[in-house]
Amino acid sequence: MTLEQLATGQCARIAQVEGDEPLRTRMFALGLRNGREVAVIRRARLGGPLQIRVGSTDLIVRRREARMIKLIEPAA
Amino acid sequence: MKRIALLGMPNTGKSTFFNRLTGAVARVGNWPGITVDLLAAKLLMGGDMVEVVDLPGIYNLHGYSEDELVVRHFLEKNPINLLVIVANATQLDRQLALVLQLKDLGLPMVLLLNMVDEAKRLGIQIEQHKLEQALDIPVATLSAKHGIGFPWARQLIERNLNDTLATAAAFSAFAGDDALEKRLEELVHDTVHVPVTLSDTITSRLDRLLLHPLLGLPLFFLAMYLMFQAIYTIGTPLQNAVEWLLGLLKQDAVAPLLAHASPVISSFLLEGIYNGVGTVLSFLPIIVLFFLFMGIVEDSGYLSRAAFLVDAFMSRLGLDGRSFVMQLMGFGCNVPALMGTRVMRSRGLRLLTMLIIPFSLCSARLQVFIFLTTAVFSPHMAPFVLFSLYCMSFFASFLTALLYRRRLANDEPLLLELPPYRFPTWRQMVMRGWHEAKGFVREAGGFILLGVVLVWFLTNVPFSVAPASAHTLAGRLATFMAPVFHPIGINDLMSIALLFGFVAKEVVIGALAVIYGTNEGALSGIIATHLNWIEAYSFMLFVLIYTPCLSAIAVLRQESKSWRFTALAVLWPLFLAWTVSFIFYQAATALVGS
Repeated sequence: MTLEQLATGQCARIAQVEGDEPLRTRMFALGLRNGREVAVIRRARLGGPLQIRVGSTDLIVRRREARMIKLIEPAA
Repeated sequence: MKRIALLGMPNTGKSTFFNRLTGAVARVGNWPGITVDLLAAKLLMGGDMVEVVDLPGIYNLHGYSEDELVVRHFLEKNPINLLVIVANATQLDRQLALVLQLKDLGLPMVLLLNMVDEAKRLGIQIEQHKLEQALDIPVATLSAKHGIGFPWARQLIERNLNDTLATAAAFSAFAGDDALEKRLEELVHDTVHVPVTLSDTITSRLDRLLLHPLLGLPLFFLAMYLMFQAIYTIGTPLQNAVEWLLGLLKQDAVAPLLAHASPVISSFLLEGIYNGVGTVLSFLPIIVLFFLFMGIVEDSGYLSRAAFLVDAFMSRLGLDGRSFVMQLMGFGCNVPALMGTRVMRSRGLRLLTMLIIPFSLCSARLQVFIFLTTAVFSPHMAPFVLFSLYCMSFFASFLTALLYRRRLANDEPLLLELPPYRFPTWRQMVMRGWHEAKGFVREAGGFILLGVVLVWFLTNVPFSVAPASAHTLAGRLATFMAPVFHPIGINDLMSIALLFGFVAKEVVIGALAVIYGTNEGALSGIIATHLNWIEAYSFMLFVLIYTPCLSAIAVLRQESKSWRFTALAVLWPLFLAWTVSFIFYQAATALVGS
């Protein structure tokens, strides 16, 4: 499952961050790294970006980048 | 002299700390090894003159982004006595990664944990002594915005400045960060305690309203409208006041002084030099006000929210929401909007935004259009004509974005922080406006003056004939260019006015009055008899799109630091303007004629 598929209001742990080196280092610096918990706060309409929260940081990511963040399936 | 460099991630309040430390004495400077301007200030610290440099905010030292390269080159080429790292105390879980990376450089450094007031409110606890021990560098906590803890932070810098020698960074020592993740986890685990649920309820509640799926966009446009109104209802009278004062000074003080000078000299000094200086000065009130309000929108955290709201549409054009905000602000005046693109750190995105802003129908062009529409069209039709020009303005900019989105590729993904809503301080905003106004005069002033003098020269040489008449250089240029302008329905006299419009678009009407040898009051009637509606509309289309005004070009160059880009930003609109006017004029004449 990817971050893009995570339902609004849900949170899950990051399993892996894909993409090229510059993108991954940027995501790392913003707190998006393996094992961290990430939550989707809201989605912009018409295919717009997601607002996510990781630690004490809120971020906006486009859906394309959100697809590069693989998640561990949350336990039901 | 000793030198201190200030470094930190974006949104750490680093610039706020810089302003508090250095006051209003900071100025832009050039540095070996880098091409962008950095703010720097000299001040007395512990008996020594110290130069403090504010480096751009960066996320890491890898050098993938332009700012990261700037920091690397600066630290390699310029020895410093102390590196002051500013970190946001509420986000140490990730910001300490940068501190760990910087430690590998072997520079003398201290760490300042800023925004402790926010961290406290969120219930985040930081074990300062443990952190000092683990990192082996001195640490101080403060709130740069409110000044809490500031004296101690300053003392810490002074103490650590005394016994260190200037060192240039060795990036060869910076290999990679395979172990960084683990080191960071351990460090954060040992020194920072974050409560399970963060409770910034005010921001969450505001976001629920301002980012609402249905209400978010209307509220965004309302906010933009109010800001626009605030800037220009205060700014335009101020601008007029400056112009009025300059006019008064010219008429009562400067002109009598030159009464005995030869007409050529007096015309050169009054119409050339004095008007050029006046053009520069008249922009200052708008620039200061723009950055005052832009400061509120940016520092409050709303600009990133705007990006969230309109990104779905703008990303298709290769732009982002911040580009849209600047484009809207350009409808007042292109000059400050172009300067405002500095918030975008990706060069491709910034240049693309700077390319579309000049198409925004600014208030100077509006004056020309209102005059011409009321002169040529019926009161019933005039509003529709004006509205169509606004549509054209958006069309030209979106078309340009679509055409150039690949060449000015936006290489950076949209990964923006949404900081909690904050109230910026007046001090911050006023200083920002002051800096920008100073920078504009220094960077763009000379260029604008030169352009005004050039146009004066073209419209006054040879001195034996009437200024701006068909026998001047400008007139001959117009005759020469006639094959280009006739197919779009613009006669020689009108095309001389376009040359004046290059200096400042609002001058077009005044220029037309001079060219037709009449006053502005009677001009309306003359225009109505000389131009049919197709010619008038074609002329307006051309004025809307053709080349940005001289001041805008000066700022385009100031901000892009590239003559090639500046040339593109002048030539592409000229070409587009001609094409649009040509299609309209030929189609309309063919339809009406047949």
